[in-house]
Formats: sequence, C-alpha cells, structure tokens
Amino acid sequence: MIATSLAEAARLLRSGETSAVDLLSEALATASRTEAQLHAFLTIDTDGAMVAAGQADADLADGIDRGPLHGIPVALKDNMCTRGVETTAGSQILAGYIPPYDATVVTRLRSGGAVVMGKTNLDEFAMGSSTENSAYGPTYNPWDLSRVPGGSSGGSAAAVAAGSSLLAFGSDTGGSIRQPSSLCGVVGMKPTYGTVSRYGLIAFASSLDQIGPISRTVEDSALALETTWGHDPLDSTSYPGDYPDPKAGLERGVEGLRIGVVTELSGEGFEPSVEAATTDMVARLEKEGVEVREVSLPTFEIALSAYYLIAPAEASSNLARFDGIRYGLRVDGATTEELMARTRAEGFGPEVTRRILLGTYSLSAGYYDAFYGQAQRVRAAIQEDFARAYEQVDVLVSPTSPTVAFEAGARTADPLAMYLSDICNIPANLAGHPAISVPIAVDDAGLPIGFQVMAPPLGEELMYQVAAEVERQAAFALSPPAVGAVQ
Amino acid sequence: MPIEIDIAHVARLARLGLGDEELEAYKAQLGVILEHAARVQSLEGEPHVEAAHPLGLANAFREDELRPSLDRGEVLAQAPVALDGYFVVPPAMEIE
Repeated sequence: MIATSLAEAARLLRSGETSAVDLLSEALATASRTEAQLHAFLTIDTDGAMVAAGQADADLADGIDRGPLHGIPVALKDNMCTRGVETTAGSQILAGYIPPYDATVVTRLRSGGAVVMGKTNLDEFAMGSSTENSAYGPTYNPWDLSRVPGGSSGGSAAAVAAGSSLLAFGSDTGGSIRQPSSLCGVVGMKPTYGTVSRYGLIAFASSLDQIGPISRTVEDSALALETTWGHDPLDSTSYPGDYPDPKAGLERGVEGLRIGVVTELSGEGFEPSVEAATTDMVARLEKEGVEVREVSLPTFEIALSAYYLIAPAEASSNLARFDGIRYGLRVDGATTEELMARTRAEGFGPEVTRRILLGTYSLSAGYYDAFYGQAQRVRAAIQEDFARAYEQVDVLVSPTSPTVAFEAGARTADPLAMYLSDICNIPANLAGHPAISVPIAVDDAGLPIGFQVMAPPLGEELMYQVAAEVERQAAFALSPPAVGAVQ
Repeated sequence: MPIEIDIAHVARLARLGLGDEELEAYKAQLGVILEHAARVQSLEGEPHVEAAHPLGLANAFREDELRPSLDRGEVLAQAPVALDGYFVVPPAMEIE
C-alpha cells in the first residue's frame, strides 16, 4: 500500500511521490484482489474515477489544491445519490436507478478534489446491523470471512479495513457507522445531527440519519468531516451557525478532562473481552491525566425500545415514496393501489417489510400514543439524561458494540437479537449528539474491539481530542488477516 | 402483555400485498418486538418535552425565487412507464 492514511497520501501527493492515478490504481488493485471474498462494493466506477483522478493530478500540477481530500479515493455507501452512477440502497426496488443529481456530500467531496471510486454494500435501506439484509448478497468481515462486518454501513467499513479505499462514507441512524467500524477495526464517526447535509441521502429515519466518515485514523476522520460538513440550504435541518474545528484538539492530549463511563453500557450481554479492553483503555486515559467518573443514564435502558418505535415509524413514512410509479421497480396491477401493493411486496426485503409494518402499526389510530408518542417522550428523557451527565463530565465513553463481529447467519432469524447489536450507539442518535468509534484491541480470536467516545452537540473538537488520545494509547495495528496484511 | 395486532389492516395501510402465511409470520415477529418496545411505557416522572432539533433549529425558510429544477427528461427516464412527458399509472377512476 502506497499510503497507510489519507493524511500520509495527501503529503505524498504534494511531494510528488505519488499521484491520484497511482492511489486509485492501488485501491482498484486491492479491490480486485479482495472483492471476491468480501463483496464490499456494489458498484466500482473505474472509468469515472480514473477521469476524476486524472483531473486531480492535472489540477495539482497547475497549482490548484482543493484541500486534504484532493486526489484521495473515496467509497460511498450506496444510499447516497451519485449522478449517473447506479444507486440502489441495497434494495431490489431501486435496482437500476440512476440518480439525476448528486447528494450534497458527493458535491462537496467532488469539489474537494476527492475521487469517488464506487458504491458500497449495505443492509437494504440501511436497516440492519450485519449487511446481511442487502438484496445483492452479504459483505464479509476482512478479519474473519465467516463473520459479518456489522452494518448497515458494512461495505464501507470492510472496504477501508481491507485497504480497497483510504476513506469511505456511511450513514448512521442507530449505530450504522460506528458498529461496523468497531467490528472491522476502523474509525467511524457520526457527527452532530444537522451538520452534514442529508440532501441526496436516501432517507431511512429523517430525525436520526446522519452521514459520516469511516477511515483508518482519527486524523483522517477529522479531515473528512471538515470537507463534508457545513450549512446546506437544500436540507431544512442543516445547521446554519458556526462549526468547530475538528482538528484543533488532535495533539492536545487529555490532561484535566473529565470522562464519564456509562454504567448502563456494561454487564449482561457484553463480552468479557470487550469489557476488559474498555476498562483497560479507561485506565490508560486516567494515567494520561483524565478524571474518570462512573455516570448513570437510566433512560439508556429503554433507548432501544424507543428507537424501534421511532425509526420504523419514520421509515414507514419515508418509504411510502417507493410506489412503482416514479422510479425503480414496478409490478403491474389493475388499480394504482394494487400496483403499489404488489410492487412493494416484491421490491422490499423482509427486514424493510418488517420495519414498515412496525412503523405503520405504531403510528396507527389507537396505538399512536402508547407507542410512538411514548417513545418520543423517552427520547426527550434521554436528552435530559445526557444534559445532566454533561454537567459532570466532558465526554462519555463505552464500548462501541457489546460483542466483536458475530458469525454470519447467527442473528438473521432473531430480529431482536440483531437489534441489540446497536444498544451502545442508539442513545447518541436519539439525542442528535456526535460519537466516534476507535479500534483499541483485538480479542483472543483476533477480532477487533472498538471504543466509543460521545460528546455534547457540536462537541466534535473535544470528541476528536479524546479519540486521538485513545488512538495513541491503543497503538492498534490495522492488519486484517483474511485479506492479507495491508500495512 | 400480549399485544393486539390486526396485521392485515396494517399491511393494507402500508400498501404491502403480502400473502396469509407471510402476514402470520410478520405478526408473530412484530409481537415479540413490540413487547420489548412496550418498555417505553415504564417511563415515569414529569412530562418530557422533546426538542425538535438538538441544535434548537425550528423552521428553515428561503426566498421564494425561481430556480432551475431537475431536467424532466432525465427524471422521467427513471420512471418504469412514462409517456409524452407524463408518468403512466392505472386509471384511478372508472371511465364510462
């Protein structure tokens, strides 16, 4: 591999030791070596990427430097619209869909000189925690091909872990960036709600969805965020105020900070290796001068329950647009209603169907207040719990996932067991707060373990400050054996 | 607490044309999930009022100005059936 991080690749590009075309060729070669085993990508746009890489090289030669992502190959989860390149959201219902526009995050990446190399696999409409719900077949974990990469952004996490891409983007509605990043041993970050535009992101649950980067290092994550966030008039929930500098605290260390260890995110359901690695990292941070406190956020116990009412409710509404009329699959019927019902029954896979039914039920007359309405009150109580915790501590930490990567097929028959994979991640989505997963160790079987750092809204500078120290303390080597050592 | 689900009604509301066996399977799974989800009803204390946006945003407005839209031909190219600049759907009303 020419470069082991985006930041290093950026330096090599500017010193003339590599070119955007070389970086892309290397990424494509790695992908062609590993894809048969991993299936991280749904589409690789070799021609389009080569043109973009050639342009990036020509621009640099002309003295035009578009920033830290200039000339860097980037993979995008296939729920972000790319003009002229098929975008399926992992669903049969969108097979062959060619968006007539770019998502804002894609526009920003292109104007930042990034080279969009392809679209990565995901659970259908980002609903899942293992990438096994893709209509196009599952992705496998580069650390152990019999295991899942996590999900729903499993293709993006696997591509970065395998070295097929220096940087990828995912979306996180209830852990879908952080959990696969944890299971694949890479860095995954969900920004504050409203900071990265959702325009052109195929919606799952609009009040929870956020796009964010998956990278090999914490610094790369900050550079990727800096390029893609910012106010966008095309997204009415986009934040118009001042944004922090995510890089500002990377070298600052953590002395004097107060860190809260979340009591509710430990114990039953958490693997001993995950708990031991988390405890060890907290002890290391304490040695670096942080003050550690145990913090209880009691509503975390019912966060998962609230999430599985709110997210499906929003999904049932958002996915009403897939009706067989304007785009995607169509199964004919004698009436419009019959056409829609047939198209949707055939086009949606089982998990999406399940969540649409769940959401429709919890919004329906007679059940709304007991389910959806009450879930919204829990969401408010979670926000209040967070606010109280942040009066005592600067950031909160926990494992990213209660377990390491699980065996393919292990949880597909039990939706609730699958949902429990995201128990550590969901509170930050419900509150709209930023959170990051940093790989810290491997267990006895050699599978990666991630550490989650959560921060208050717009607390990205502080979050990255702590994440950078976690990364230094962990000295984690990204070397997934299933695809050969990539470093 | 067993949860009452009229699954055929829910499927109809969601415009999902599912067979009887599928409906029964989904009904059983929804029962398990909703039983877990019903834990939200354990929340006590003062009424909790959710913030509409974590950064306190409410409505976003823009100037009401003309601007280019997506190209009609490009949009209709994605339609399963289009004719003369229109989407084609089955008749919604009886025609005498």
